[in-house]
Amino acid sequence: MSYIPHTAAEVQEMLAQIGLGSFDELFDAVPAGQRFPALDLPPAMSEMEIAAEMLAISEENDHAGDFAIFRGAGAYHHFIPSVVNHMLLRGEFYTAYTPYQPEISQGTLQATYEYQSMMCALTGMDAANASHYDGATSLAEAITVALEVSRNRRKKVILSHAIHPQYREVVRTYHQGKDIRIIGDRGRGELVDLMEMLDSNTAMVAVQYPNFFGQIEDLRRLADTVHASGGLLVVVANPLALSLFTPPGEFGADIVVGEGQPLGIPLTFGGPYLGYFAIKQRLVRKIAGRIIGETVDADGKRAYVMTLRPREQDIKRERATSNICTNQGLMSLAAAVYLSLMGKNGLRQVGELNYHKANYAAAQINRLDGYSVDMTKPFFNEFMVACPRPIAEINAALLDAGVIGGYDLAQHYYHLPNHMLICVTECNTRAEIDRLVDILEGLR
Amino acid sequence: MSEPIIYDLSTPGRSGVNLPAPDVPPAPLPTELLRDDLPLPEVGELQVVRHFVRLSQLNYSIDTGLYPLGSCTMKYNPKVNEDAARLPGLAQLHPLADPESCQGALMLMHELQSWLGEISGFDAVSLTPAAGAQGEFAGILMIRQYHIDRGEPQRDIILVPDSAHGTNPATVTMAGLRVQQLPANAAGEVDLAALREACSGENAQHIAGMMMTMPSTLGLFEPSIVQVIELVQSVGGLMYMDGANMNALMAVVKPGELGFDCMHYNLHKTFSTPHGGGGPGSGAVGVNDKLRDYLPGPVVRRDDRPADASAAAGDAPGWRYDWQMPAKSIGRLKAFAGNFGMHLRAYAYIRAYGGEGLRQVTRCAVLNANYLREKLRGDYNLPYDQTAAGARRYCGHEFVVRGAFDDAPGVHALDISKRLIDYGFHPPTNYFPLIVPEALLIEPTETETKDDLDELAEALRAIAKEARDEPQLLHDAPSTAPVRRLDEAKAARQLHLCCPAARPA
Repeated sequence: MSYIPHTAAEVQEMLAQIGLGSFDELFDAVPAGQRFPALDLPPAMSEMEIAAEMLAISEENDHAGDFAIFRGAGAYHHFIPSVVNHMLLRGEFYTAYTPYQPEISQGTLQATYEYQSMMCALTGMDAANASHYDGATSLAEAITVALEVSRNRRKKVILSHAIHPQYREVVRTYHQGKDIRIIGDRGRGELVDLMEMLDSNTAMVAVQYPNFFGQIEDLRRLADTVHASGGLLVVVANPLALSLFTPPGEFGADIVVGEGQPLGIPLTFGGPYLGYFAIKQRLVRKIAGRIIGETVDADGKRAYVMTLRPREQDIKRERATSNICTNQGLMSLAAAVYLSLMGKNGLRQVGELNYHKANYAAAQINRLDGYSVDMTKPFFNEFMVACPRPIAEINAALLDAGVIGGYDLAQHYYHLPNHMLICVTECNTRAEIDRLVDILEGLR
Repeated sequence: MSEPIIYDLSTPGRSGVNLPAPDVPPAPLPTELLRDDLPLPEVGELQVVRHFVRLSQLNYSIDTGLYPLGSCTMKYNPKVNEDAARLPGLAQLHPLADPESCQGALMLMHELQSWLGEISGFDAVSLTPAAGAQGEFAGILMIRQYHIDRGEPQRDIILVPDSAHGTNPATVTMAGLRVQQLPANAAGEVDLAALREACSGENAQHIAGMMMTMPSTLGLFEPSIVQVIELVQSVGGLMYMDGANMNALMAVVKPGELGFDCMHYNLHKTFSTPHGGGGPGSGAVGVNDKLRDYLPGPVVRRDDRPADASAAAGDAPGWRYDWQMPAKSIGRLKAFAGNFGMHLRAYAYIRAYGGEGLRQVTRCAVLNANYLREKLRGDYNLPYDQTAAGARRYCGHEFVVRGAFDDAPGVHALDISKRLIDYGFHPPTNYFPLIVPEALLIEPTETETKDDLDELAEALRAIAKEARDEPQLLHDAPSTAPVRRLDEAKAARQLHLCCPAARPA
């Protein structure tokens, strides 16, 4: 099939206007020896066939629609109100591009400004951009800002080992060309250990909140200690956890970044997601990416526009600190619609459902012989379980029973064999949790 | 009337969702760790719907009109692909699913990797880059590591033509390398003398590579492309192709066969995944054998499991797919494995066309651009209309016109763009490429009809006449849009980035 509207007669007419008899003459500047290669691709399909093909592929996957899922580790199965998808399917939103022409892009611009505002509300920060590719790249970009703040004099970056392992890998990818040291993410990495690593060469310390093991920690003392040494505190926060817990802006974070996927964005096998990035006012001119500001038009009417543009790569070129161009615009719209629907009370309710269900599941599992959960530290919707067998075995048995089990921590934390990270959200019913507990009990 | 800010629609106690009651006993909350206030708006469901629908109506979009934004390839985004993206087996699939639980998704990614490789003539492709800019970043990091591994860490210069996208030089800096800018010659082509100079003497051993856009950002096929590639490679540099303009090349030429070592694809341009008001994009990167071990990971590998062995093991016969981290990978570019939601749309798009169909896409994209350019000849200055040798020259899928007139001195490209809004069209890209003063970069794409192109040409011609006769119309434009021209200086001077109601009480 084809999405090209041209009729044969139109093609001839258009070629004639150009003064040509055939398509091929349009390409005479292409080296003749390499011109017009055949492409070895499967034959074209009709729309009916495409729909059938995509359905067949989708059915080859075990997904959260058919299975009870207890896996999180940076990507979460949450309830998404129907309205979110309907708004994303407005062609006026999803088939527009970057709002370079603000007069005919006020929809995208205002929605983005509202997104920025609601991210400030959640994080307790002064400003947010819109946006980075995902939580991992927003952390990598936060490091660039921290290095810039020290005018690249401070060369040390401390990452907690309790930051998502893949985020730490991405940080190393991003900064491999720079003369800096990234430490802290090997070993035990308690908060007090991080504080001991601080010195006058440290540009920043990053921690995750809740940390990768699900625990919520009191970060006030860490913030004070980092600031006393002249560095920045970067917090990687699950935005949904901020429905309940103290926002990082309140305990002194300088930059808050993270994965916006829990805010109305489906799992989709890892992307597109939403890297959010929020910052204190005094640092706002250092940040990369798109920022929308309020202004007025020629008649004095309130309107929105991309602002602080001279930071961006298309203007600053080799002196820009980031090459980001495309953002996650539609995903930030999803978050804006989601947060508008949830509002102050709905989001708290979702947060509490996560908290209570996760605590219920943890307590039930902790009672089983051979399994243990550290119930002394508060957690949000994920917790670590020490299990009596390798996690791969347990997950295989769970899958047979229609349950997608937790994340195998031994994949990245070699000192945690037989440890599973379990996630429970508002989507998990008590019956699902009880079934999980029953199956685990049989796998001692 | 302006649409109120969502906070202005808030009424204490209202809510836009229905959530289930808790079905587990409550656990005590750690009060010392809780927040006091959550300054989010409180709005009903219908009010939220109306708010965002009204906002959407303030946007211009492909679904509402021709969007000739040069370098962005604003083609039709097929609706069936949107349906596919929402199938539960794709939308609700966890990225850390065990490989046995996501064979469908892995197969799709594997096929897309191999199709993109076939389309561009590369040996291996990674789908992980989240956008074109990340594909560029991956490419330059691979080139850097390649030289380091060969014992040539002094190779730290990337040559970049002055007509390049801004992402190119920004990428080089991000990767810790240096940019050396190359001027264009009088025909808008790479200046071979300047390139020879850059690739000679002491400088030659510092050349890590060169980034080129093809067709160039002027929309022109580089006539000496083969010489450029040979020259850079002869001094040990690698060639990177910015694939933003791939819509002009499908089944016309394979960059890998021309000699490029690496390129990125913009799935949201060439392969029709929606632009989403700024993103998400998807920027797969392809390489030849020199660089394949350096690809960002993970990529998808297919195990050639014989049917009889799998039957013996009780599995269905066929292939088995799994993740693989390339041996010398530059690493992960994002968490998980790329923007899968974009991969599946690009997969469906390529499936719709097949090889010959993609050639027709390129033919019609180039036909539309050349047709529109001819319709504007005489009314607008068409820079670089001839090769250095003086021959007539066709454009690729886009072209530049000069958005200014000698006999209308006060009129700028921006005025023409704004006036085009009043005629019902999205403006072209303004002031890019930088080497053409007052540039308007126009890219109609293949999904527009001749009739629509005729209307756009008519509007541009009428504006050219107005520029002389009634220039004030252009300066005052747009007059029909939801808002008039904005005070951008005020926005930057008095930063107002967050609604006051969103700050803690």
